[in-house]
Amino acid sequence: MGTVGNPMIAMAPGQKTGELGVAVTTLEEALEWVAAWGRTRAMWPLLFGLACCAIEMMATQASHYDLSRFGMEIMRASPRQADLMIVAGRVSRKMAPVVRRLYDQMTEPKWVIAMGDCASTGGVFNNYAIVQGVDEIIPVDVYVSGCPPRPEGLIEGILLLHEKIRKGTRSGSSR
Amino acid sequence: MAIREGEVQEFTLEQLKHLVSERALRGETILLNMGPQHPSTHGVLRLLVELDGETIVSVVPDIGYLHTGIEKHCEHRTYTKIIPLTDRIDYLSPMSNNLAYVMAVEKLMGVEVPLRAQYIRVILTELQRIASHLVWLGTHALDIAAMSVFLYCFREREMILDIFEMVSGQRMMVSYFRVGGLWRDVPEGFEEAVRAFLKLMPARINEYERLLKKNPLWLRRTKGVGVISPEDAIAWGVTGPSLRGSGVNYDVRKAQPYSSYDHFEFDVPLGENGDVYDRFMVRIEEMRQSLRIIDQALRRLPKGPYITPDRKVTPPPKEELAWSMEALIHHFKFWTEGFSPPPGEVYHAVESPRGEFGVYINSDGSPRPRRVHFRAPSFVNLQALPIMAKGSLVADLVAIIGSIDIVLGEVDR
Repeated sequence: MGTVGNPMIAMAPGQKTGELGVAVTTLEEALEWVAAWGRTRAMWPLLFGLACCAIEMMATQASHYDLSRFGMEIMRASPRQADLMIVAGRVSRKMAPVVRRLYDQMTEPKWVIAMGDCASTGGVFNNYAIVQGVDEIIPVDVYVSGCPPRPEGLIEGILLLHEKIRKGTRSGSSR
Repeated sequence: MAIREGEVQEFTLEQLKHLVSERALRGETILLNMGPQHPSTHGVLRLLVELDGETIVSVVPDIGYLHTGIEKHCEHRTYTKIIPLTDRIDYLSPMSNNLAYVMAVEKLMGVEVPLRAQYIRVILTELQRIASHLVWLGTHALDIAAMSVFLYCFREREMILDIFEMVSGQRMMVSYFRVGGLWRDVPEGFEEAVRAFLKLMPARINEYERLLKKNPLWLRRTKGVGVISPEDAIAWGVTGPSLRGSGVNYDVRKAQPYSSYDHFEFDVPLGENGDVYDRFMVRIEEMRQSLRIIDQALRRLPKGPYITPDRKVTPPPKEELAWSMEALIHHFKFWTEGFSPPPGEVYHAVESPRGEFGVYINSDGSPRPRRVHFRAPSFVNLQALPIMAKGSLVADLVAIIGSIDIVLGEVDR
């Protein structure tokens, strides 16, 4: 206790420090911090690939980049067991309702990473067949650019998401 | 039933009666939906499977979940700007797609490609074949619950991607070939990198083979499963390793040699029984043959230009822009307007890792094609799935899908 930057220690603005030098937050806030810490350490992404980006997602999972360093080696094929959806690839008009249903089937709390240009904005495919960004159908927390993004890019996106969760920023799922 | 946008399509048995057997209508068999989100359908393939107990009565593929409209998109792009779109058709073998497309345009315009460019094209497409087969082997083994092969395969694939990144600046979507040659000459260190790969790879291929070939579980899951006869395979237009697994000796590289494939010695591996195991062995052997081709091409790699001097299809060299007004105008016109091939139509096919990948271009003499069609081997090979799967167990369906090595980006385009 007492280290600078520990989220368990919340200092209200202008608050005087007491004898101990710390002000311990409520139990609820402390539990929330622990929960956020736990969520970032064991995220289970949905095993769900759409197109080219899915291959890079597999490469991120595989030996060279090894996503298990971030506690994410388990990918669940069932949306009921997953809390992170990585939309890897272009979403066609025919696939869009399926993506939405998968998202709805995931249990709260849940997050979405739009991996690659197609999932983020439609990418090079500005045409009749492709949804121009998956955020048209589901809320997105982190966008990763690239066509396809390098595995390092995806890892950065995941770390950004971890940071977002630790800061307690609400995910967009209430939309 | 009218399908409203934004809703998952629901079907009644009545609507499906032309696809399933009489027994399904009487309730004697089960209709099972597999996909489009399924870990083993290699993308967004949806299958309607009719089951009698655990035995498959019929399989009906439902495709189009990744329809990207690439063919239509091509009609609005100049000939050069179509190249990046071809990468994204079969995203496991962008080099082969690039090659098929640029060679079709070259055929249409009668462009001669320098020998050095042809050899580098061969080296890179064969590396691509190995990379694609590595992804196939890794995921196919993963489907049949052999996890370690997946990790090994992706380790070696990184080496190939590093080489691609070295030449093109991109790991996957390379867009490296141009009409008339290459984007640039290969950089320094390319030959060393390929040599290092050639030196390492044979032992690694043996390692994969040993891991699986002597594994009784693997043998039980693959031998005698998903058999297709040579007659059926030909009748359904199956090409590539899936056809050669049935023992039909057809390889576009041998049948219609392109890009100086006739300069190199290599064998076309053939299977005998046409089952999952034979298709697996054909691909393993193909990786070895690809190494042979790369080795020969690298040894005999000629010096010279990497792109044709024909200014009709190539922009002027950058340094010329500094002093030549004509070159500047040419450069500007080339990138804004593009070049116009003569009216006519052309078809060119290459042997992609999955089979005969063909490009049909219909030109009306304008800088944009009137129609472009891609003959995607995955699309055609997928049609043979019901024949292979009929009568086998539902657990084998996963092995059979893996063995025909489909890429849904190519099926739906």
